[in-house]
Amino acid sequence: MAKSPEEEHPQKAFGWAAKDSSGLLSPFHFSRRETGDGDVTIKILYCGICHSDLHNVKNEWGFTMYPVVPGHEIVGTVTKTGKNVKKFKVGDRVGVGVLVDSCKRCESCQQDLENYCPQMVLTYNSYSQDGTKTFGGYSDIVVVDEHYVLRFPENLPPDAGAPLLCAGITVYSPMKYYGMTEPGKHLGVAGLGGLGHVAVKIGKAFGLKVTVISTSPKKEDEAINRLGADSFLVSSDPAKMKAAINTLDYIIDTVSAVHPLAPLISLLKLNGKLITVGLPEKPLELPIFPLVLGRKLVGGSDVGGIKETQEMLDFCAEHGIASDIELIKMGDINMAMERLAKSDVKYRFVIDVANSLSQ
Amino acid sequence: MAKSREVEKPNKAFGWAARDSSGVLSPFSFSRRATGEKDVRFKVIYCGVCHSDLHAVKNDWGTSTYPLIPGHEIVGEVTEVGSKVQKFKVGDKVGVGGMVGACHSCDNCANNLENYCSKMILTYGVKYYDGTITYGGYSDTMVSDEHFVIHIPDNLPLDASAPLLCAGITVYSPLRFYGLDKPGMHVGVVGLGGLGHVAVKFAKAMGVKVTVISTSPNKKKEALEHLGANSFLVSKDQDQMQAAEGTLDGIIDTVSAQHPLLPLIGLLKTQGKLVVVGAPEKPLELPVLPLLMGRKLLGGSCAGGMKETQEMIDFAAKHNIIADIEIIPIHYVNTAMERLVKTDVRYRFVIDIGNTLKSSS
Repeated sequence: MAKSPEEEHPQKAFGWAAKDSSGLLSPFHFSRRETGDGDVTIKILYCGICHSDLHNVKNEWGFTMYPVVPGHEIVGTVTKTGKNVKKFKVGDRVGVGVLVDSCKRCESCQQDLENYCPQMVLTYNSYSQDGTKTFGGYSDIVVVDEHYVLRFPENLPPDAGAPLLCAGITVYSPMKYYGMTEPGKHLGVAGLGGLGHVAVKIGKAFGLKVTVISTSPKKEDEAINRLGADSFLVSSDPAKMKAAINTLDYIIDTVSAVHPLAPLISLLKLNGKLITVGLPEKPLELPIFPLVLGRKLVGGSDVGGIKETQEMLDFCAEHGIASDIELIKMGDINMAMERLAKSDVKYRFVIDVANSLSQ
Repeated sequence: MAKSREVEKPNKAFGWAARDSSGVLSPFSFSRRATGEKDVRFKVIYCGVCHSDLHAVKNDWGTSTYPLIPGHEIVGEVTEVGSKVQKFKVGDKVGVGGMVGACHSCDNCANNLENYCSKMILTYGVKYYDGTITYGGYSDTMVSDEHFVIHIPDNLPLDASAPLLCAGITVYSPLRFYGLDKPGMHVGVVGLGGLGHVAVKFAKAMGVKVTVISTSPNKKKEALEHLGANSFLVSKDQDQMQAAEGTLDGIIDTVSAQHPLLPLIGLLKTQGKLVVVGAPEKPLELPVLPLLMGRKLLGGSCAGGMKETQEMIDFAAKHNIIADIEIIPIHYVNTAMERLVKTDVRYRFVIDIGNTLKSSS
């Protein structure tokens, strides 16, 4: 008979899990593997709440394996290291993001693109190489192969920096890959949430002019006065959208709801690039004519490899970029999920795990 | 009273035009401007029949004005040059493609991207600088500013090189721009028609391995044996398509009908590029998750600038690339259009203007 999550592994662990598609989380005892020769064991201090966590607990993508312990924006302290571990020592501040393993042999892994490895293992709701399920950062400890652990810069706040491990790399990686970093060029950021607000900050750090594109007029003040965007476009205002046609070199589209692409494409100049990083459940309607006539492209991107995630963290540390967060206790997680469903957060919830996760 | 087309301008001309959205073409007397100081006048010898001509005569895009003389794959022999013309002389073999004017002052024009200039003037069916409507190559003569005229190298047969002026540049440009031209790469070509067959030839000449993707299994033999494609996938065969997943660096999609993108995106390797050059009228469904999970992209491309068009023709001359054509007399053009609707042609009709377009017919 298969072992229960509590008995599977030798190290006791405790967290909060969703048990069914109601998505409600509750206390959950499980276990972590022994600290292997290449592993580090991490005491979790903070964990950001990513919108993917919400999708997963409610099984909105159809592949949740309950019980699920979400959380892939983890910041903590190393408590144990395996004997072959070279990069970390006990006491180091570290981060863990969206993936915890990959094959290490394929072309993608060889190119530091572990996130595109067909055998990539996600931090939660995935199968480890030993056949057991992975559990995420809404928990007290995690054991990870050192290759997939990030050094967390000292001058980045561990709470406000936690969301960078998913939100940060999710926007940083495509901005580098698709060449959206030329100073003076004009970036549009569609959607001002967890991803969008970090994209604005990183965009400004690259020297770009940034326009936020949003359905909510009331976000304008924040966008310009606090986040530093240069302008704000209400996407439901046809006159404003028309006036902005052919003004943007690139757009990062962080919106995960189904939404029309045609208006965004029209904002792009010749050779403009629309990069989607949000995950709508259904396909989107794509008008082909404007792409052909303007030699424009629509591209996707999915987090980033470990090397690039480290580069992103160091870049953010250098430029003083962290997420804008609302710190919550573990016990408030279900309330936070409800508010997240209504996008009622500026702009990421972060769980104060170490101070509020009690058995 | 507005002048009739015949006397609008000083030089008599004769062609075949569509009079209304039935798309039926018939003889049409009109006139061309006098040869300006920068103009090249040439006797039209051949003109390719592009699928866009069919869309235009039937007003599929809703922008056609009649009478409409289509034709933007025009080749011929120079009969007169303006006093300031530097690149051409009488007797030269030349061609004109999809455009005959642009603003020459915007960034796109400065970057040899006249095809993307917001004031670009199409070879037929739109207003020229002088306010008159442009008429295309289903006619006996053409006059064009030398900037928009292409040299046809001597070793290229005129008839089979005509389609390169639209079909050729339409696939050559994105192969270069999207970097799908590196030896050893593996590129798919969707649709084996006027554009597709030329894409196979160009890609092979660039050292690229080519897979043709088509709904018609009966095109396989041609694709492999005659065009030199390395392999052939029947797009409706799910097993074949699945077996080929993750194998292509890029795809040139020439299909203008509505078609599913998901299977094509699946064929791409990580970081693969799907380039659309056909133009379906209605939006297509874009599955976002597969794009994200492989960092793939879908981009468009439309013809090419003049510099690149000349480069493409010279490349074709060097590698002996020509279109596979069916030469037709002008009076067959309506039948040709009907056959084109059913894609019943291997792979481009070319009108033998020089021998069959006479004003007495």
